[in-house]
Amino acid sequence: MMSTKKNNMAKQKIRKAPFLIIFIFLVLGIIGITVNEPSRVLEQATQICLSCIGIG
Amino acid sequence: MDLIRKWVQALFFLLTNGFWNFPITRGIYKGPLKIVCSPGLNCYSCPAATTYCPLGSLQQLLGGIRMAIENGQFFFGFYVVGTMGVIGGFVGRMVCGWACPFGLFQELLHKIPSPKFGIWPHLRYVKYVLLAFMVVLLPLFVLDEFGFGSTWFCKYLCPAGTLEAGLPLLYMQPSLRANIGPLFYNKLFFLILFVGWAVLASRPFCRTACPLGAFYALFSKIKLVKLHLDPAKCTHCEACHAVCPMGVRFNESPDDMECISCLACSKACKFNAISLEIGGVSAVNQPKQSAPRLKKPTPAPDTAH
Repeated sequence: MMSTKKNNMAKQKIRKAPFLIIFIFLVLGIIGITVNEPSRVLEQATQICLSCIGIG
Repeated sequence: MDLIRKWVQALFFLLTNGFWNFPITRGIYKGPLKIVCSPGLNCYSCPAATTYCPLGSLQQLLGGIRMAIENGQFFFGFYVVGTMGVIGGFVGRMVCGWACPFGLFQELLHKIPSPKFGIWPHLRYVKYVLLAFMVVLLPLFVLDEFGFGSTWFCKYLCPAGTLEAGLPLLYMQPSLRANIGPLFYNKLFFLILFVGWAVLASRPFCRTACPLGAFYALFSKIKLVKLHLDPAKCTHCEACHAVCPMGVRFNESPDDMECISCLACSKACKFNAISLEIGGVSAVNQPKQSAPRLKKPTPAPDTAH
C-alpha cells in the first residue's frame, strides 16, 4: 500500500519553478536585512501613521 | 476542510492582532514582533496589531527612498518585497482565503441574509492598477516639498486601515477627533461602500481593489501549493462554478489569478477531480461518498443554441 503510494508520487512530476521563485525572493529579503531595512520597518510600524488612517 | 480553514483564519486573526492590552495603554503595540510581516491585509496602526502591513511598509519605504539614499541608507523595500515574494511563492492567494483578517471580515459580512449579487468580472483588473499606481508609482514619484512620497493607497482608499486603526484610535484618543476632515470622510466612504457591498456580493474588496491580493495573484501559475484539476475525472458538471466565492470557473481555468485555494470547489466536486498539490505532488483529496460518474446532461434540442 505504502510502496504504491510512493510510486504514484514518484510518477508525478515535481515542479521546480516555485523553489526558484522562493529562492530569488529569499535572496532579495536577505539583501534587505543586510542593509538593515528591518529596523526602518520596525521604526515605521511602531508609530501611528495618522495620514495613513485618514486622521492627519 | 472548511472547518479547518475557519480555524486557521481565526488563528491568523489572533496572531496578527494579539495585543489585547490596548484598552489599557490606549496606544498601539510597539514591540519587536512588528518586524514580522502580516501575510494578509492588516493595518499596523491598528491598536491590536502585532505585525507590520506589507503594503503600508512598502509605500513608506518607497516614499522615503530619496531621503534614505541621501543619508546613505539603501532602503529600497527589498526586505518587504522579499518577504511578500516568499509568501507568494509558497501559497500565493491562498493567504486571502486562509490568513487575511479583512478577507475573514468580508466572509462574515456575506453571511448576513440579503439578496446576493455577482461582480462584473472586468472589475478584477482594478486592483492591478491600484497596485501599480497607488502602492508603487505615486509614492515613488509624486513628492511633497520635503522630497517625501505619500502612502497613497493607505491615505485615500484602504478600508482596513479605517476599520482597524482609524475608528478605534478616534474612540480611544478623543484629542484626535479635532483632526477629522475630508480625508477621513473619504476613507469612511470607502469603508461603508465595501462593507455594504460585502453583504450583497462575495469578497468585493479582494476581487476588485486589494493590491496585496493582486501581488499574490502574480504567483498563481508558479506557486508551490495550489489546486490541481484532473481533466480525466472532470465531467464539466459546473458544480465548482456555483460555489466559488471569487467567481472562478475552476474547470475552465485551474490557474485563475482569482483563486484563493479555499477548497470550496474541491468539496463540491463529486468526482474528486480537484485536489490540493504541493510542488506538483497531490497532497489532499477531500473524502467523497461514492458518486456515479455522470456526464452533464445535454440540453434538449429546442433549448440548445
